[in-house]
Amino acid sequence: MTRRRLVLSVNGGDHEVWVLPSDTLLDVLHDELGLADVRYGCGEGVCGTCTVLLDGEPVNGCLILAVQAAGQKITTLRGLMGPGETLHPLQECFLRRGASQCGFCTPGMVLTALDLVRRRGRPSRDEIRYALVGNLCRCTGYTKILDAVEEYAGQAAEAAPAEVRS
Amino acid sequence: MTTVGPPPAGERQLTGQPYRVVGQSPAHHDFVDKVKGALLYAADWRLPGMLHGRIVRSQLPSARITGIDVSAARALPGVVAVLTAADVPSNSIVEMASGGLAELEVSMPVLATDRVRYLGEPVALVAAVTQQIAAEAAELVSVDYEELPGVFDAESARADGAPRVHEVGNTLVSWQIRCGDAAAALAAADVVVEGEYRSQHVEHAYLEPEAGVGWMENGVLTLRVSTQVIEHAVTIARILQVPQSKVRVIAAYMGGGFGGKEDMTVEPYLALLVWHTRRPVRMIWDRQESLTGSTKRHPFIMRYRTGATSDGTLTAQQVEILGDAGAYPNLSPRVLFAAAACACGPYRVPNASITSSAMFTNNVPSSAFRGFGAMQIVLGYESQMDELAARLRISRTELRERNFLAKGDLLPSGERVGTCVEVGPTMHRALALLGEPPPPSGPGKVTGRGIGCNRHPYGRAIWFRDKAAAWLSLQADGTLLIRCGVTDLGAGQAASLCQIAAEVLGAPLDDISIYIGDSALNPPAGGTFATRQLYMSGNAVLQAARELRDRMAPVAADLLGVPPGELEFAAGRVRPAGAGDAPAGAGGAPDGGDGGGVSVTLAELAAACEQRSISTAHLSTWRGEAGSFDPRTGQGDTFPDYTYGTHAADVEVDTETGQVRVLRYAACHDVGRAINPMRVEGQIQGGAMQGLGYALTEDMGIDDGYVQAGLFANYLIPNAQDFPDVLVGIIESGEGKGPLGARGIGEPPIGNVAATIASAIQDAIGVRPAQLPMTPERVLALIDMRAT
Repeated sequence: MTRRRLVLSVNGGDHEVWVLPSDTLLDVLHDELGLADVRYGCGEGVCGTCTVLLDGEPVNGCLILAVQAAGQKITTLRGLMGPGETLHPLQECFLRRGASQCGFCTPGMVLTALDLVRRRGRPSRDEIRYALVGNLCRCTGYTKILDAVEEYAGQAAEAAPAEVRS
Repeated sequence: MTTVGPPPAGERQLTGQPYRVVGQSPAHHDFVDKVKGALLYAADWRLPGMLHGRIVRSQLPSARITGIDVSAARALPGVVAVLTAADVPSNSIVEMASGGLAELEVSMPVLATDRVRYLGEPVALVAAVTQQIAAEAAELVSVDYEELPGVFDAESARADGAPRVHEVGNTLVSWQIRCGDAAAALAAADVVVEGEYRSQHVEHAYLEPEAGVGWMENGVLTLRVSTQVIEHAVTIARILQVPQSKVRVIAAYMGGGFGGKEDMTVEPYLALLVWHTRRPVRMIWDRQESLTGSTKRHPFIMRYRTGATSDGTLTAQQVEILGDAGAYPNLSPRVLFAAAACACGPYRVPNASITSSAMFTNNVPSSAFRGFGAMQIVLGYESQMDELAARLRISRTELRERNFLAKGDLLPSGERVGTCVEVGPTMHRALALLGEPPPPSGPGKVTGRGIGCNRHPYGRAIWFRDKAAAWLSLQADGTLLIRCGVTDLGAGQAASLCQIAAEVLGAPLDDISIYIGDSALNPPAGGTFATRQLYMSGNAVLQAARELRDRMAPVAADLLGVPPGELEFAAGRVRPAGAGDAPAGAGGAPDGGDGGGVSVTLAELAAACEQRSISTAHLSTWRGEAGSFDPRTGQGDTFPDYTYGTHAADVEVDTETGQVRVLRYAACHDVGRAINPMRVEGQIQGGAMQGLGYALTEDMGIDDGYVQAGLFANYLIPNAQDFPDVLVGIIESGEGKGPLGARGIGEPPIGNVAATIASAIQDAIGVRPAQLPMTPERVLALIDMRAT
């Protein structure tokens, strides 16, 4: 198989990569672009450790090919941080609530939860549970992750009370 | 009823003197890196010229290898090496996990030679320039097999004429623990209950698959891997037949381990590929490979007979435990020992006869998994307590309270309980956290409440004479370095050591850096398993910090003009005790700063020590308790100490479908002292959740040696929607053998869960489940059994 040139827009910057048609987005982001926050966990789309936002929507990087991501904006966890690695408020909540143990699921959890809060404003705890079913955690038992997302959603709702809820 | 955020102040029972840093829940730098996504796990390293390694695994559970043809694989462009057993300098790993106390001596090959004993056993290795080529080459390795009869459960393995997994026999180990005369006491008992309980193969399912990178550096084979045990460097040296000084293992922060990274995973294979190619090699196991080929939790068959007087006082217990060890010894001898040592739970049993055997089968090897044998048997002893309560018409809590162990009581092994047993308070707290029992949600639904108490060891079996070392150095600028060989599973093992050092030496947490998990550079601390690291490395750091402080105190006293015993180390400074208080955890205190007056900074103290030729670096080794156990008499010392706890749950059973819904769940343990309460809560919540998966959904479904749950999609670990929040109660008795009175909490909270859910189901439907997982089909069968 021959490699082809591809430009991927990742975390606000364009990156030229040479990929095989069979390369998954996960392979390219982790191994070619060195993004350690996009992780192989199962390769089946079950665990969610390879979650990235594609034009704002969470997808499993192991289930789509790199070539399919061309022309779309890819955001990984690191893309949420401000200048000087300032934590995003949702990351702050994860830290404060002890929502990471081994940390392997954290990027996927944060990205999926962020999408939920953007879509739903202030989701109920059950809605958070539902949104996170595709992001497995084996360490925390989820309670502290739910606490963190709830806290962030509360902050976000207070900061932007007029935000449209779909 | 949800717990949001840290528990209210009243939630924790505080005892003893106030601490500044211990007892707080600061986030450590590794957690900051984790929420940034910046932590580099084992798979995240890439070196120039790095190859990709892949294992060729057996396709059959029991077979003779009649031929291996690697020519097609070797011919594939991009393949750099294909290795088989002939390429392994010493192709034998002899574990002897109990230290040779009682088990058969059985060797495990690194790569199978003429025989495979389980599906997924490594047969050959491939290294190639890309992961895809390595995978293709692995497919091209052609292995010819002649299928042999196998044995696939512990009971069959014990039968006369069963196929032998190893020539020496199928019983790897058989432990006995005996006290009094159980048979006579059972014959004389007012009431006897009995039961048989069975558990299943369970997968650790850490989200980070087994991975690592290896390379040669200065003639030293170096591996950076996801492992709980860097001490495997010794075994790797033996396999390669090189001096131990020529192998270095670095442990990356793990993406979970739970015991599954306690045995070697990728290490020997990476080592061989690096050794032969002299190039860096990375190996990552596929999730599917991990499901099939990695170690599992032992399925247990547990047979109990329990005798009591009519008022519910236990008089005797007979216990027989059979564990499915799978094809090789791994850590089975120790797992089955822990099961035997804990078989009577947190209760006084004056006459006990306990047998615990590990049987070889042609299943994937079982080995360490959070709970380590002491976990499976909770279902046995707690089921017996509930059955006894029902038979005697005594409440489940009252029956337990009549029999709880107390400090000074004798265990069946003949040793005395050395610390307080606060299991009663944990029971009442757990039940209180649940609140009023909820009513059924509709017709066809019944609800029930269950409890489960446990006694779980922390620390290694006592005859290993465990030790851990730590090195601390106060730097010239007043910051602190800690070096300790501890590995970090994600539970905050490294962070807790920083908190302990900060408490003693007064260095702000932000000024402390800790270097862990490196067999060449850091003092050995032993692996992270057996709930031993807070107990062992925690005590080592506490001791090292106290000794370093004692060495520097006379210098500080001299500078400050006060006796050395009247100093306070806090917030980056040393001052006369009681001379004012900087806020805990603050960076530099605003007062003083000129080196004289009321306080000196740690930097000033370091400089003053340097002027006086007093070293500010210190290495200290802490030794745990030592003892001995006699396997012939079944008497002796077992573990240093235990952690006690109780879980309670409300469930709803759908009598039409057998579906069990957990409505509320509460877990309470006496942790002695909570070094970091938020992480203690996290351990309890995470342990309980893993236990819920074990109780209700998780099953590898190994059938004649073939794994049914070969995809992650088919192996049902709990997701965010499956179970309610875990409500946590923390008791701090202040009386553990860990640092500052702490007890270990890593493993204990997974133990209670299956028993608690079984207890709740029994309360709801009137029949006790005896087989795990408690699936809808099994629960429905119990309901039908009751109806007929």
